[in-house]
Amino acid sequence: MPAPIRLRELIRTIRTARTQAEEREMIQKECAAIRSSFREEDNTYRCRNVAKLLYMHMLGYPAHFGQLECLKLIASQKFTDKRIGYLGAMLLLDERQDVHLLMTNCIKNDLNHSTQYVQGLALCTLGCMGSSEMCRDLAGEVEKLLKTSNSYLRKKAALCAVHVIRKVPELMEMFLPATKNLLNEKNHGVLHTSVVLLTEMCERSPDMLAHFRKVRQLSSSQLVPQLVRILKNLIMSGYSPEHDVSGISDPFLQVRILRLLRILGRNDDDSSEAMNDILAQVATNTETSKNVGNAILYETVLTIMDIKSESGLRVLAINILGRFLLNNDKNIRYVALTSLLKTVQTDHNAVQRHRSTIVDCLKDLDVSIKRRAMELSFALVNGNNVRGMMKELLYFLDSCEPEFKADCASGIFLAAEKYAPSKRWHIDTIMRVLTTAGSYVRDDAVPNLIQLITNSVEMHAYTVQRLYKAILGDYSQQPLVQVASWCIGEYGDLLVSGQCEEEEPIQVTEDEVLDILESVLISNMSASVTRGYALTAIMKLSTRFTCTVNRIKKVVSIYGSSIDVELQQRAVEYNALFKKYDHMRPALLERMPVMEKVTTNGPTEIVQTNGETEPAVLETKPPPSGLQPASQANDLLDLLGGNDPVIPTAPSSKPASAGGELLDLLGDLNLTGSPVSAPAPQITQPPFLLDGLTSQPLFNDVAAGIPSITAYNKNGLKIDFTFERSNTNPSVTVITIQASNSTELDMTDFVFQAAVPKTFQLQLLSPSSSVIPAFNSGTITQVIKVLNPQKQQLRMRIKLTYNHKGSAMQDLAEVNNFPPQSWQ
Amino acid sequence: MIKFFLMVNKQGQTRLSRYYEHVEINKRTILEAEVIKNCLSRSKDQCSFIEYKDFKLVYRQYAALFVVVGIDQTENEMAVYELIHNFVEVLDKYFSRVSELDVSFSVSEIHL
Repeated sequence: MPAPIRLRELIRTIRTARTQAEEREMIQKECAAIRSSFREEDNTYRCRNVAKLLYMHMLGYPAHFGQLECLKLIASQKFTDKRIGYLGAMLLLDERQDVHLLMTNCIKNDLNHSTQYVQGLALCTLGCMGSSEMCRDLAGEVEKLLKTSNSYLRKKAALCAVHVIRKVPELMEMFLPATKNLLNEKNHGVLHTSVVLLTEMCERSPDMLAHFRKVRQLSSSQLVPQLVRILKNLIMSGYSPEHDVSGISDPFLQVRILRLLRILGRNDDDSSEAMNDILAQVATNTETSKNVGNAILYETVLTIMDIKSESGLRVLAINILGRFLLNNDKNIRYVALTSLLKTVQTDHNAVQRHRSTIVDCLKDLDVSIKRRAMELSFALVNGNNVRGMMKELLYFLDSCEPEFKADCASGIFLAAEKYAPSKRWHIDTIMRVLTTAGSYVRDDAVPNLIQLITNSVEMHAYTVQRLYKAILGDYSQQPLVQVASWCIGEYGDLLVSGQCEEEEPIQVTEDEVLDILESVLISNMSASVTRGYALTAIMKLSTRFTCTVNRIKKVVSIYGSSIDVELQQRAVEYNALFKKYDHMRPALLERMPVMEKVTTNGPTEIVQTNGETEPAVLETKPPPSGLQPASQANDLLDLLGGNDPVIPTAPSSKPASAGGELLDLLGDLNLTGSPVSAPAPQITQPPFLLDGLTSQPLFNDVAAGIPSITAYNKNGLKIDFTFERSNTNPSVTVITIQASNSTELDMTDFVFQAAVPKTFQLQLLSPSSSVIPAFNSGTITQVIKVLNPQKQQLRMRIKLTYNHKGSAMQDLAEVNNFPPQSWQ
Repeated sequence: MIKFFLMVNKQGQTRLSRYYEHVEINKRTILEAEVIKNCLSRSKDQCSFIEYKDFKLVYRQYAALFVVVGIDQTENEMAVYELIHNFVEVLDKYFSRVSELDVSFSVSEIHL
């Protein structure tokens, strides 16, 4: 078979390929040739073949069949073979293949080879792809090489040691004695790699760090002074052609040393003090005209910021950063902005001085710089400069790329919330954001805004007017339309009456308002959520507007057959409101009370709990094993039927827990005749509500003392019933059951179920937990509501299931001993 | 920490690639294509550091060849920028006035 072509020929042929397909063809052909050559076990040309294989691998073609060949090459005696073999090993193999373990022996032999270049190759490979087993085996050899006098080998051994430590951190102590002498070298290569090794050790293990910081009495081999000395030499020494890069001697080493100093000085006063002088010296002496100098200054600034430096030094650092900002070179400005971002938390005032420059950077063309400047601007906003900054940021929002708009909008909202000088300004800002970047605003911003608007009571008229004007022109931006329709729904009467102190009153008729809302509903651009908002708003207006109720009825009934299920459900319910429950409509659709904002629970889920959507909310609660399905909308309305209508409760933050759901239900029952603001104090503590259940009476006007009964007492499980009834709603009895356990083991997975005769209706709410702790140390509480319109004697059959002493228990019982006051 | 070191020309052909972290081979080509796309779309007066996924790219253009280094957050970007320049200078000395052809033909030497 003819000699395989050389690598150069191959490259030349591939370059002549004009299309991707041609190239692939050539490579396939060559691969086949290489494979057959490998099979023939041809020693002479193996290295050539592997070199070609590596080239193809670099282009992206699979080359795994060459791995064994690499091993064979490593084992050969020729240097060229070894070289290609090791290169191939580094590129093709890694710990995931099992083949790599075979290399261990080869590497071991080569580490002790007479030629330093072979040793160097082996060290390189081990440092590149050694797995933890290999590292463990060979660490001793590496350590030995770390101590040789040959600087070529020493530096490679140091880097290999870094890799070993990364893979097997336990071996770190083994390298410790060798590091003592490393810094005494003259050779910059060795110095550099040993600094890297020390850095790695200090980063990995706090013990090492402490060890290196320690002051040792006798020897002058403390780490920090040594490093300082080396750095000083570098700066002070004259021109040395070996290490010079554009006039600065060995900047790479300088940067490394600075980084190590940073790690050593962090949180440590002594070390920091020792470094202060040299840092100041570096900062002032380095030339800034070239990029190299700037790189060193950047590292110095980072170090100064991180260690416990004195304030003069810190001011120097920030000034350097300020100078960077004014530089024309983009790279430097980017770097300055990044580091200012890091320091703005600690040195806020100093950074404020450069605020105008930073704001200018917002107008830069470069994307990375703009992003950094935006983040930094948000960090710098405070009470004094908020108006000016907001103006700049709003202008930025207008002109920036779409990927920024979402972040910018959220940032503006946050900043406006914290520092708004007046409510009107706040609302203006929000409106501006909504109109310019409306479609990029995040979803959780809409409820936050609504909550904000309800809070600023005196601004309602002004707000609704401005929102109305905003969507008159353009109703494509969803968040804007959502907020606007909600506001119009709530405050439509203010809009129509045209009173507004702050702006000239505009004349809006009810029909115009309905026109706008209807067009939102019809428009193709509106999302389903927005349509829901619009429909609800129209419904609310039926109580606020006087002459257009018929039109509203018509609109609502049209959507009763809409394809969108959500809209259909809403429309059907509203229709029902018009027809059957018209007497309840005014109260149900009353104005929403001021919402409390719970900031700690993350985005508050403000469900639109107007009265008419309450039934919808209740429907979705999972029935906790009641034998009758828990609350259908009509059932509950029947339950309440006849008495004062349900007054909408303020929505609380809804952590998805039973506590929250209970709150809503009990909240509306509780408010028989009480004013709207009453729920506010209760909302702030949902977790404690259940305690409230047992300790306080549920109704404001509770019927005096109905005796409680023990419904069940067997096998250590006792269940007590306590009763409550309201004078205003005599057909409802609320029973609170308490289950306690007097045995010495807990009862788990406790489930309580109840059934009542057909004339009653039962609703079972979620229990407080499903574990009854032993020895009566705690109880499970659960609330049952019984509707007894015919005032018949209460009877109940209960079923209990639980796990006790490892076995599942189940029991049925009948409760007949209800006191007469509970149902008469 | 340096994640990878690439030399790619304007047509997207990789001349040198060295990965210091394991990346699947098919992902490598995609990565290289995306990286070169990012670099090509930058104009001359834009910053040389790009934020890409969870690491940074430092790139430098020499005639038709882009040298791109991927680094993570702990690394000093400017130092890496200088490193790229230093590397190119070394190649220059080794090949006496290096050009892209030299780089493509001496794969094995440059890799080591």
